[in-house]
Amino acid sequence: MYKIVRKKSLNPTVTQMDIYAPFVAKKALPGQFIILRVDEDGERIPLTVAGYDREAGTVSIIFQIVGGSTELLNHKNEGDSIPDFVGPLGTPTHTEGLKKVCVVGGGVGCAIALPVARALHEQGCEVTSIIGFRSKDLVILEDEFKACSTSFHMMTDDGSYGRQGNVCVPLNEILEKGETFDEVITIGPLIMMKFVCAATKPYGVKTIASMNPIMIDGTGMCGGCRLTVGGKMKFACVDGPEFDGHEIDFDEAMSRSRTYADFEAHEREAACNLFKKEVL
Amino acid sequence: MAKFNMSPLKNEMPTQDPCVRNGNFNEVALGYTAEQAIDEAKRCIGCKNRPCVAGCPVNIDIPEFIAKVAEGDFEAAYQIIAKDSSLPAVCGRVCPQETQCEGKCTRGIKAGCESVAIGRLERFVADWHNENSTDKPVPAPSNGHKVAIVGSGPAGLTCAGDLAKMGYEVTVFEALHVAGGVLVYGIPEFRLPKAIVKKEVDNLKALGVKVETNMVIGRVITIEELKEEYGFEAVFLGSGAGLPKFMNIPGESLKGVYSANEFLTRSNLMKAYRADSHTPIQHGKCVAVVGGGNVAMDAARTAKRLGAEVHIIYRRGEEELPARREEIEHAKEEGIIFDLLTNPKRILPTATDNPRDPAYGWVNGIECVRMELGEPDESGRRSPKTVEGSEFIIPVDCVIMSLGTSPNPLLKATTPGLETLRRGEIAVDEVGKTSIEGVYCGGDAATGAATVIKAMGAGKIAAKAIDEYIQSK
Repeated sequence: MYKIVRKKSLNPTVTQMDIYAPFVAKKALPGQFIILRVDEDGERIPLTVAGYDREAGTVSIIFQIVGGSTELLNHKNEGDSIPDFVGPLGTPTHTEGLKKVCVVGGGVGCAIALPVARALHEQGCEVTSIIGFRSKDLVILEDEFKACSTSFHMMTDDGSYGRQGNVCVPLNEILEKGETFDEVITIGPLIMMKFVCAATKPYGVKTIASMNPIMIDGTGMCGGCRLTVGGKMKFACVDGPEFDGHEIDFDEAMSRSRTYADFEAHEREAACNLFKKEVL
Repeated sequence: MAKFNMSPLKNEMPTQDPCVRNGNFNEVALGYTAEQAIDEAKRCIGCKNRPCVAGCPVNIDIPEFIAKVAEGDFEAAYQIIAKDSSLPAVCGRVCPQETQCEGKCTRGIKAGCESVAIGRLERFVADWHNENSTDKPVPAPSNGHKVAIVGSGPAGLTCAGDLAKMGYEVTVFEALHVAGGVLVYGIPEFRLPKAIVKKEVDNLKALGVKVETNMVIGRVITIEELKEEYGFEAVFLGSGAGLPKFMNIPGESLKGVYSANEFLTRSNLMKAYRADSHTPIQHGKCVAVVGGGNVAMDAARTAKRLGAEVHIIYRRGEEELPARREEIEHAKEEGIIFDLLTNPKRILPTATDNPRDPAYGWVNGIECVRMELGEPDESGRRSPKTVEGSEFIIPVDCVIMSLGTSPNPLLKATTPGLETLRRGEIAVDEVGKTSIEGVYCGGDAATGAATVIKAMGAGKIAAKAIDEYIQSK
């Protein structure tokens, strides 16, 4: 069993948990992911590593409540345990040699972008951070990003905080001015990453996107996480989860990500009803 | 009562009615009664040259255990099997006995005669023991040496069991959340109930074997660290062949296309076949399973039980189907349609071009061509050739690719100096020794996808080699 040592609500739909998993904490690197199960009959949920404390033996995860299982996970509290927590999986972010990078995060994806920005900052890299949210009450990790960024841009879709617009607005402005980066690293909703990659392509700026497709085992066994990258089939779990964004077939990835949309909606509702009954 | 039963035919295996069982996930074969088992055991004439034993990859003393069954001493029969096999209840169910022990049986040589039903007897004995015996296996006194096993499938469990019986302190590392490997994620409940696998794993734990789940060796601990930091004197790699193959034809990324591994893992490991499961699986109306092996039969019969019309699409003929005859017969009885000498060319999408339409991007059919068989190729199988202009479409909403699997590349990628062969198989000598000292390997990781019992045979040979290696250090 893996104990939840800390739980913190980042916004109404996003929660951070620090899980005691010393073997994973010892090896985890930015860009890698873990898979957990909330209970004995639970599905296997892949979540990207949001941080780790090798001394304390904990791994941080940040998740959005999107389906039945994340709803159940959010009802666990500090001191509770979950039966399974496996990792680190996937290949770590390549940060070696990077001097100037733009990190573009969207929504809960910012939770995964942060450790990447931090690692870059710690190695002396100049980091431009652009983070975007739907509205002010969904903003997470602002101070943490500011602390590791040379330049920082906050965007909201409705303009309730920072500048109004999506993350591509400042990105385009920067690139138009003639500024360039060794790499742009983007983590967020597929549609956002698609447009970030489209924005950087004309400028020839290498762009890495972190993919989080449907998967089961996370070790290359099921092939459910397959993507088309540069016309070739790749498995996100072992070949990724990060790929050259200019090569990814995002439309296909978006279509595949909706395979179980109906089932997920039903599961979420069922889980919510379960908790409503408990309250009554 | 007569000493021998000279009936030319086996006692038939009681099975669930095909029209009933194709709607449930309960076990198909129900097992012999004690009377049937004794009657069948008396068909063994205990011939001197014991060809059946030579046909068994783990060399069980078959005539001896059958003689005990004939006497009605089932526990004694179990103890004879258990000397050589760590997983008798599993092997009795999934071994291809017809090409192994039973294929060599003296009683089956004459035309019209069947071999002794060795597999069914093994299953009976193991089930009898699991139900009736209260004896717990006794751990052997420790010899103070530690061995790590990577992977808890048939190769790893066998190697673990044999080493534990010799007194080694054995730890099995499993990447998934339950032990059993292909026995739990691959083989369906209706062929191998998971409670039986759990019982066999529990038997190993009672022998002192430690099982650590959720440990992806290579990532969380490397092979080198197992040896240098954690003090394991030898490591056995039984990581299997889990990487699914696809055809590289258009449409394989459509929603509704699965690898057999994914489809079976969702159903078996994640219990998606149960109505209360939290894991989704597509309940197709019409499903095409591409391939003709045992895994294809498992996927087809699973899809059937989830309510679909199911087509097996295979490019060669009936004779060439690589699956066991018994599996093919069971599939046919259950109403699976066999489209033989047929090869897929592409998978067709639904008509809508609008990505916002929920119907966008799903499978809507599979375009195939007819094939004919030419001359035998180097493998001895007749190679299929396309019949020009024979394209036709099977309207399906789900496609399951069952084209085989390759060894998982993770250990190779994370273990410097570990040599592999052309298709990613870990290179080993005849006793399972790899290119790294103290590291052994066996089963599908070394051979590519094969059978449970061959993996067990390799685990057994490697256990002996590991013992010799450690004792000679």
